[in-house]
Amino acid sequence: MSDAREAVMARIREALGRTPEEDARARERVAAWPREAPPGRIPARGQLEPEARIELFTSMATRVQTDVERVTGAGAIPAAVGRYLRRHNLPQKLVMAPDPVLDEAGWASQPLLRIGRGTASDDDAVGLTLAVAGIAETGTVLLASSPDRPTLLAYLPETCIIVLPTDRIVGAYEQALALYREDASGLPRSLNFITGPSRTGDIAQKLELGAHGPKRLLVVLVDPESTAGQPA
Amino acid sequence: MQPTSLAFEAKAHAALDNPALQSALGSIKTGWQAGRSRAAEALPEFEALRDRGRDIKNHTLQHLDLYLEMFETKLAAAGGQLHFARDAAEARATVLDLCRTAEARAVTKSKSMVAEEIGINEHLEANGIERIETDLGEYIIQLRKEPPSHLVGPAVHLTKDQVSDLFAEHHGGPRIEDPAALVAEARRVLREKYFQADIGITGANFLVAETGTIVTVTNEGNAELTQGLPRTHIVITSLEKLVPTIDDAFTLLRLLARSATGQEFSAYTTLVTGPKRPADLDGPDRLHVVLVDNGRTKMLGTALQEMLRCIRCGACMNHCPVYLAAGGHAYGWVYVGPMGSVLTPQFAGIEETHTLPNASTFCGRCEAVCPVRIPLPKLMRHWREVQFEKGLTPPTARYGLRAWGFVATRPALYRAVTRAAAAVLGLLGRGTGRFRHLPLAGGWTQSRDLPAPSGTTFMAAWAKQAGRPSEPK
Repeated sequence: MSDAREAVMARIREALGRTPEEDARARERVAAWPREAPPGRIPARGQLEPEARIELFTSMATRVQTDVERVTGAGAIPAAVGRYLRRHNLPQKLVMAPDPVLDEAGWASQPLLRIGRGTASDDDAVGLTLAVAGIAETGTVLLASSPDRPTLLAYLPETCIIVLPTDRIVGAYEQALALYREDASGLPRSLNFITGPSRTGDIAQKLELGAHGPKRLLVVLVDPESTAGQPA
Repeated sequence: MQPTSLAFEAKAHAALDNPALQSALGSIKTGWQAGRSRAAEALPEFEALRDRGRDIKNHTLQHLDLYLEMFETKLAAAGGQLHFARDAAEARATVLDLCRTAEARAVTKSKSMVAEEIGINEHLEANGIERIETDLGEYIIQLRKEPPSHLVGPAVHLTKDQVSDLFAEHHGGPRIEDPAALVAEARRVLREKYFQADIGITGANFLVAETGTIVTVTNEGNAELTQGLPRTHIVITSLEKLVPTIDDAFTLLRLLARSATGQEFSAYTTLVTGPKRPADLDGPDRLHVVLVDNGRTKMLGTALQEMLRCIRCGACMNHCPVYLAAGGHAYGWVYVGPMGSVLTPQFAGIEETHTLPNASTFCGRCEAVCPVRIPLPKLMRHWREVQFEKGLTPPTARYGLRAWGFVATRPALYRAVTRAAAAVLGLLGRGTGRFRHLPLAGGWTQSRDLPAPSGTTFMAAWAKQAGRPSEPK
């Protein structure tokens, strides 16, 4: 194995053929690279005022078959979830990320809803988790794995519900990652950018949803309660 | 996989006579081709992103040793293990070793072109390990025992009816016609396999040096289930997938889906950094990355280095008139279309594949749509030159070119010959002004008429013209 490593490295160095001086300069270029990105790399499309950003997120997400529902305050999440399950004739049963934010949403308002906590198994029809950020550019949500937020919740169940506070909606992918990094050191095991439910065009190029992952994706946008005058 | 590229012409003829295939290929134009054009128009920054994408890849290739070392260090810090493989055989042996160490009986696999390239599928099966493809298109061609016919849609050559027949034969139920029901059936069959697998094998779209991160892109979500359910995750990938930073990956991701299918973004883009963390509730316990060279380092520092920018979007084939008529299987190996015509001679040898760089009219559409601006016609021309130097060009073409060269480098002779030819052809064709049949030009007149010359040559007309005053502009 290490033979292979040395052989491959040697071939690369031979092909690049740098002198020691050039090598030092190459290392400087590599060190400088992250700072040298030219401007204009982030599309202007998503760089908007907060309300316009939320609107763009919603319209882009809807275009790729994501259902979007907007509520005010975390306390409104359980009712929105219950409504969605009823609308799609789904059993009032779900598995939820063991996240304190979701725990505190007040699920007693939905007495019929049976809630499991943890990651999803093959029997779970509905999974519920919380996003780190939303990206207006393409109507994408970003999930980050942690003990409180298992990844499979968004992939195994046929219906996936993701809670996204509207103040976490940014314009671009880069900004979403920056938002994650404000609260975390390093990267999680898995960062999942999700843009609509699972889809395939592999049978005669006809779009079908629910190839492996969810057939339905609901994003519950949550406006902060304290902000007065938010549109409904 | 042994290339069968030398049979390109015969296979292309057969493809043209196959109405099901022609109908399947026709939908690429209305689907992915039109989609790419809409998506590119909808993003004002698209052309600037293409420049940036090219620059990111060039910079990475010029510092490949340094970024490889960086990736190696960061991957190890995150708890992953890197395995280098010089060639396909070494890569196969490494993967099999990892499977044996994990005592694996079954593996699930998410689409990886590098895995196809190294022939891991047959190798695992020959060694008693069950392998199930989870990408729906790959699963379909696995059942049909066929290679992929397209980078993005491996089963794009098949109609819905063919899939209906296939599933009825293999799944044992009644024949289903409805595409949604076909997808649901595949979902049910494959769902069981995810839970039975000991190992999940995926490819990678990008490897991020600064963080040791593996980026995968799918629409189905199968990569996440493939790597998320079994205890061991093996990534089979290659050197040129490296990019310096996550931000660089974002730039290339903005190009990838738009160029491939015309989507703004694929449904699932996942950045994996290491195996499961101590308190995590899911994720694999072990993460191995098998990094394949297989001739790529030989492309560095040569004309072919530019090909290492390729991000495998498939735009070149979606826009290629030859691919859209001949289909992927005519190319006779793993990589097809214009990108395949450049890569296959490198991986499988020009001796076995020299038909491929000739399977092009050099119309230039592939280069015009390539997200990282690879000059594909120039690189195919490079292989034509290699082919000629190695004496692999067919004798008729070689002698024909030699005869042409003899005449063309002797102006007096050239003028005499063309004058005579123009006069004779002009005389023969003076009735209709065109030829239906002409000796030595059968290839042309088979499908269209050849216009008859006017009876004189350009040189003669020019000489006559030169005596007169030039016309005012």
